[in-house]
Amino acid sequence: MRKLVMPLAIAFHFICLATAALALDVRAGVLRVDYTEVLPISRFDLKPEDIGFAGAQLADEDNGTTGSFLGHSYETVTIAAPPEEAEAALEDLLADGIRLIVVIARAEDLLRLTDIAAQSDALVFNAAAPDLELRDANCRGNLLHIAPSTAMNTDAIGQFALWKKWDKWLLVSGSNPADEAIAEAFRRTANKFGAKLVAERTFEDTGGTRRTDSGHVLVQRQLPVFMQRTDDHDVVMTADGTDYFARYLPYHLWTPRPVMGSAGLRPVTMHGAHEAWGATQYHTRFEALAGRYVTPVDYNVWLSLRIVGEAVTRAQTADPQGVRDYALSDEFELAAFKGQKVTFRDWNGQLRQPILLFDGSITVSVSPQDGYLHQVSPLDTLGLDRPESKCTAFE
Amino acid sequence: MKNLLLGITLLCSFAAPVWANKAFVSNERDNTISVIDTDSWEVIHQFNGGNRPRGITLSPDGTKLYVCASDDNLVRVFDTETYEELPSLPSGPDPELFIIEPSGKRLYIANEDDNLVTVTDTETRTVLAEVPVGVEPEGMGMSPDAKWVVNTSETTNMAHFISTEDYQIKHNVLVDQRPRYAQYSADGTRLFVSSEIGGTVTVMDIAADGTPEVIKKISFEVPGVLPEWLQPVGVKVTEDGSRVFVALGPANRVAVIDGESLEVIDYIITGQRVWQLAFTPGEEYLLTTNGNSNDITVIDVAREKAIKSVQVGQQPWGVVVTPE
Repeated sequence: MRKLVMPLAIAFHFICLATAALALDVRAGVLRVDYTEVLPISRFDLKPEDIGFAGAQLADEDNGTTGSFLGHSYETVTIAAPPEEAEAALEDLLADGIRLIVVIARAEDLLRLTDIAAQSDALVFNAAAPDLELRDANCRGNLLHIAPSTAMNTDAIGQFALWKKWDKWLLVSGSNPADEAIAEAFRRTANKFGAKLVAERTFEDTGGTRRTDSGHVLVQRQLPVFMQRTDDHDVVMTADGTDYFARYLPYHLWTPRPVMGSAGLRPVTMHGAHEAWGATQYHTRFEALAGRYVTPVDYNVWLSLRIVGEAVTRAQTADPQGVRDYALSDEFELAAFKGQKVTFRDWNGQLRQPILLFDGSITVSVSPQDGYLHQVSPLDTLGLDRPESKCTAFE
Repeated sequence: MKNLLLGITLLCSFAAPVWANKAFVSNERDNTISVIDTDSWEVIHQFNGGNRPRGITLSPDGTKLYVCASDDNLVRVFDTETYEELPSLPSGPDPELFIIEPSGKRLYIANEDDNLVTVTDTETRTVLAEVPVGVEPEGMGMSPDAKWVVNTSETTNMAHFISTEDYQIKHNVLVDQRPRYAQYSADGTRLFVSSEIGGTVTVMDIAADGTPEVIKKISFEVPGVLPEWLQPVGVKVTEDGSRVFVALGPANRVAVIDGESLEVIDYIITGQRVWQLAFTPGEEYLLTTNGNSNDITVIDVAREKAIKSVQVGQQPWGVVVTPE
């Protein structure tokens, strides 16, 4: 008799849940645009084949576990395409009925894809592009930014340097547009928080190969010479968005100073050694699944899909407009292993979040730093603030 | 009237023979257990508690101390008189918090890494069942009649109601972000679940058949403290249900909540990053673990005042006090 009762009880239990909560099959997509890129300076920065996609897989599992109690299921389709095939890949996702799409791409492609997605009323999550203009004059109403902006990153570093009372900065930037964008963000940060940029130096990108045997011999001889005769400074801020010189600077300066920005102490959304606030469990799950450490892009994709999961769980909606409305509402909050809830700036679609300061092996600090206050949230001391923003797509 | 009551309480405490109890504190960072005499408030002993000791509890008779040694993936057991280590219990991976049933037989353990609650028999030292729950199980509460175990899952953000009869989940209740702790009232009619990142305590009425119904969410506000740092973790309810104490983490305060109106009536300043709480027998004192100042705060429950802090090991996490 007992044996019979149990399956009945279980069946009843599921029926109850199914009627109590609306059953939903949630489908999302991840579109990754793969570029022809030169090798990174460090082999540790080689991109895993499944970068971004592994984050989606973990999100499906995490959302799915929660969904199993509510009658919700989650499936995420992943596609990688070169830039010239990205539109077709997006059309495939849209034709498949998918309206929640995480995009891993550079700014110009991201905008192009977002505008196409808008025609089908799809919602796009930016998991990679840090460009400020996407959160400013070039924002889009159907584009939510999970990746922090360059300005959030340089503000995070700048606050830490100033907390240390290291307020005299030497800025070394690269010559590519992506490098210059970071340099400009550092100038803005210095101006915003009252640091002194004592001097600026540009390290020209002259091309050439990345991989040479015993290349360190030349680096050791040449870099200190390049870094001679500087004004007195506390810290070297580096702006290298294309990964060609900054990684060489620590230990190869003329004047011994800490290096921050694109090398040394770097701002990241997540790294595989971050253990506080329950992150260890996140890593254990991710590593069991992917067989490697998590990257910021994986984390950003995971977070995008967790936002979808929250909307489904709490607002019973997987509709792009419904997810967007819920994410931008006061109701929305999400724990993200960073010690406080993450929420959205409802005026430009940027996710408010703490930034981890990572030295390559541990979390050195987390910004915003103590003492940086804001009338809305201390997190809004990082990056573009509402009065500065030219974004109107959210009005 | 209050003075009269206070006088009576004082009289009682003088009249009763003072048996010194022991408080055991798990120190997450330095892998030790601090033993405190609750009469003199001196640390009388400190011993190795295994790797990363967190959740800590006692057998109902107070003779055995159980410690979740998270990095050893087991529950370590110690004699509370001799501090000798006894045979360990299997716990499943990364045990964080657990709860023991009143008979002392079964221990329900949250396995943070495996989305499981493991049920362990403390006598045969075997695993009786594994219950799949939400992502990152942490808080463990038990109804006074021992019919229900409530587990909170930190990423799924639910309280899962597990029947101790068949180990099946019968109810799931969504709560705010990162639920850390679940505590029933002594009469079993209320359940309090703290949400660390959400910054709230969800209050549920519990029907006679165990069915929960959310009736209120308590939030907190302290002038001069950023709302982000009001992070509820440990919860304790007085036997008569008149007061609920909530540890507020990096806000360095314990909130005092009126059990009737469910309104916050006071905040008691404690050491830094206050997480777990335990009453001394008779609820004379409430002890708090303060992870960032390496001490415990002793709160006089009747006066609702912090009266003392006691230095313990590195990053105190959990606390339990021996029964009379």
